[in-house]
Amino acid sequence: MTALVLLDHESGQIRKAALSAVTAAARLGDVHVLVTGDASVAQAAAAVAGVSKVLHAADARYTHELAEPLAALIASLAPAYDHIVASAGAAGKNVLPRAAALLDVQPIPDVIAIESADTFVRPIYAGNALATVRSSDAKKVLTVRSAAFDAAPAEGGSAAIETVAPVDSADVSRFEAVRLSDSERPDLESARVVVSGGRGMQSEEKFHALDPLADTLGAAVGASRAAVDAGFVPNEYQVGQTGKIVAPELYMAFGISGAIQHLAGMKDSRVIVAVNKDPEAPIFQVADYGLVGDLFEVVPQLVDALKK
Amino acid sequence: MGLLDSPALQVKDVMKILVPVKRVVDYNIKPRVKADGSGVETTGVKMSMNPFDEIAVEEAVRLREKGAATEVVAVSIGVQQAQDTLRTALAMGVDRAILVLSGESPEPLAVAKVLRKLVEKEEPGLVILGKQAIDDDMNATGQMLAGLLGWGQGTFASKVEVADGRVLVSREIDGGAEDVSLSLPAIITADLRLNEPRYASLPNIMKAKKKPLETLQAADLGVDMAPRLTIVSVAEPASRQAGEKLGSVAELVEKLRNEAKVI
Ligand SMILES: Cc1cc2nc3c(=O)[nH]c(=O)nc-3n(C[C@H](O)[C@H](O)[C@H](O)COP(=O)(O)OP(=O)(O)OC[C@H]3O[C@@H](n4cnc5c(N)ncnc54)[C@H](O)[C@@H]3O)c2cc1C
Ligand SMILES: Nc1ncnc2c1ncn2[C@@H]1O[C@H](COP(=O)(O)O)[C@@H](O)[C@H]1O
Repeated sequence: MTALVLLDHESGQIRKAALSAVTAAARLGDVHVLVTGDASVAQAAAAVAGVSKVLHAADARYTHELAEPLAALIASLAPAYDHIVASAGAAGKNVLPRAAALLDVQPIPDVIAIESADTFVRPIYAGNALATVRSSDAKKVLTVRSAAFDAAPAEGGSAAIETVAPVDSADVSRFEAVRLSDSERPDLESARVVVSGGRGMQSEEKFHALDPLADTLGAAVGASRAAVDAGFVPNEYQVGQTGKIVAPELYMAFGISGAIQHLAGMKDSRVIVAVNKDPEAPIFQVADYGLVGDLFEVVPQLVDALKK
Repeated sequence: MGLLDSPALQVKDVMKILVPVKRVVDYNIKPRVKADGSGVETTGVKMSMNPFDEIAVEEAVRLREKGAATEVVAVSIGVQQAQDTLRTALAMGVDRAILVLSGESPEPLAVAKVLRKLVEKEEPGLVILGKQAIDDDMNATGQMLAGLLGWGQGTFASKVEVADGRVLVSREIDGGAEDVSLSLPAIITADLRLNEPRYASLPNIMKAKKKPLETLQAADLGVDMAPRLTIVSVAEPASRQAGEKLGSVAELVEKLRNEAKVI
């Protein structure tokens, strides 16, 4: 059996989450990957351990991973594959269901475990239940959670690169602009430590109280939806059911109450620390270590103590 | 002869908006897995409109209020009680509603096929869906409908502007935001930050009772609703034990270093 992985990338870099999709696909069979963009991205894809072939969609219409042309391309490549896989990020979730519809297949999103070639485990109800589902479709189209599969090593492979010719699709969409946050910090989804702030951070300015702590720990910074909605941080910081799903070694929540939609995005972290002034905050029910107190006092003390 | 039959009018002149809304377990309720592992308990549980669909309804109604659309039609595919969800949409300002009777929580592929039939009949200029139903968390229906119709898709929308026969959509992506423009007709899926949905006022709830609600059978539309995914089992995830509350920052750092060994 052979699986085709849509290997998404950003600013010319293959996303770490896409490397997790390679690991998941390798459980299902031989792994071919589809990449768009420059030749350098295709070369990076060829070096990923476990990849046996790279299909490079070099045509400019694919550069921005627009769903309309890319789904048509995937559907045209599908006859050679049993499984079509992507990481469960914004790109995969945009493109794969469309490709599945073209193939008359019901997709299986957010897979966290592979039981067999046709049976998969996925969270439903914001992670409050885990459904094991068996697909009767001839082909399986799935997105996988990066937190559930280790990233395949970016080096060690030497796959052949094949350029794929573009296929026709209706010219109905146009890429206009992209605004990426230029953070020096580690990527939220693959960071070892995540420091997150909620509504308790009070303002955009005060949210920066977490910066020295994140610097000291080499952590990524995340946020609750309330913090994003209040404009303290941009949307890509959001952790939760509708934001990013993270499972770092250490997750530290400051001024976050612990709504189920937030827990959905972080409760599989190895160690959870919660700092909240309300001793009844539900976040304490999932925290390994809790501290009841004012975060604006705790955070500087923590930075000092960590530096010792 | 209806307005739409006039050959002189273009899609953009009389745009209709279709908004699919799903009845789901209210987002404030903690879902419970059924004892027999067959699914999540929905009987006797408070049900509401999927929160993302409220946002989709709000956006459609605002576009009509701004004059970018002439009519907003809500549709729900599911059991008879989904008409309550449609009444809520009507109370928020939707003009009329369609209930397509099927089993509970049909799969996105089947829903997309029903919606395609309705699109062919209603000829909307835009279909605005929620990005994700909070019960099955599929995040697939809008993309699938767009694929079936061959239309452009603006998913995870945080801003929508209609002008000159096109729609400009700002989308939330992993690293930030992206803008795409689509020719009409097109599909949009609403993200949380697109707008703040209004509450239905009491007079509007009363008025909604008199608005038209048509009921169809999925089978009459000729759509095969049989699921492609069989549920083998539904289980509770391993629950986390609440840990300990510590007395000081020093104690926390000590635990993180020597007990959890994470720093
Ligand atoms: C469909 C849907 C999807 C959603 N998706 C997400 C999602 O993906 N992610 C997400 O996070 N939310 C999501 N939400 C929102 C979620 O329901 C909550 O509203 C949100 O998580 C609350 O954020 P919060 O904990 O920061 O704010 P609040 O609930 O207001 O909590 C703030 C906390 O800060 C504490 N605090 C205040 N000041 C201090 C201080 N000085 N020191 C210490 N503690 C302090 C308070 O005691 C309180 O516990 C979603 C909601 C819906 C309806
Ligand atoms: N049974 C349904 N009836 C009406 N709309 C639906 C139904 N299922 C899904 N949708 C729409 O599709 C969106 C995405 O759902 P899903 O793909 O299931 O996560 C929802 O927010 C609704 O707008």
